[in-house]
Amino acid sequence: MSDKLTFHFDVDGESFVSAGQASVQVKKNLRELGLPPEVIRRVSIAMYEGEINMVIHANGGVADVDVYEDKVVIVLDDKGPGIKDVALAMQEGYSTASDQVRSLGFGAGMGLPNMKRYTDDMVIETVVGVGTKITMTIRL
Amino acid sequence: MTIREIRDLLDADVICGEDLLEEDVHSACGSDMMSDVLAYVKDQAVLLTGLVNSQVIRTAAMMDMLCVVFVRSKVPSPEMIELAKDSSIVLLASKKRMYEACGTLFAHGLNGAKHE
Repeated sequence: MSDKLTFHFDVDGESFVSAGQASVQVKKNLRELGLPPEVIRRVSIAMYEGEINMVIHANGGVADVDVYEDKVVIVLDDKGPGIKDVALAMQEGYSTASDQVRSLGFGAGMGLPNMKRYTDDMVIETVVGVGTKITMTIRL
Repeated sequence: MTIREIRDLLDADVICGEDLLEEDVHSACGSDMMSDVLAYVKDQAVLLTGLVNSQVIRTAAMMDMLCVVFVRSKVPSPEMIELAKDSSIVLLASKKRMYEACGTLFAHGLNGAKHE
């Protein structure tokens, strides 16, 4: 099936307060589409962690969510600093976030591991100094 | 346990969601690290926290939680209250500290997550 519904969001990198707005909206949209609650939860948590990462590390970016008949695909694209060591970044507890970010309740080194945990497939394309593109798939 | 019982046990103020106090909840968690809540929490309907920012409400919304309890007399901003209303989340504020608040609810039968 090539039919799909696409939701596009610009993620504002300036404001930590507004981080997560796109994920809240996606959750609403998927509910309206009548997707199973467990799928909605997995999509929204993975996207929320990704959105927070974009704000904390990459000064924002763009997020696209494609809903197919048999899967949901989330693509997060930023022009941030890139990830130097992906294997290290995937380790639970490893984080380069600042103390200020930690004081806000994030930066525990769980973002990327969580995104992987809640999705069926996650591909990270990253170039240091250029940006990062993360594609996550949740099968229905 | 209903959210009304939580309010009574914690002697808490209802900040918003007065109409949802009869909702039944079966488990809770306490954390100031939203990353940990997103990582480890499964079906807990109540979050107790000393952290006060918009991401607390968004985290609770992502996890389909029904109620957030702010401990140590923390007061959420008007923006947070609006977010909570939008997601039908009850906000409570208690003077109790985290340990005491969690212990009180646990002692009255509100469990944490089942270990896998």
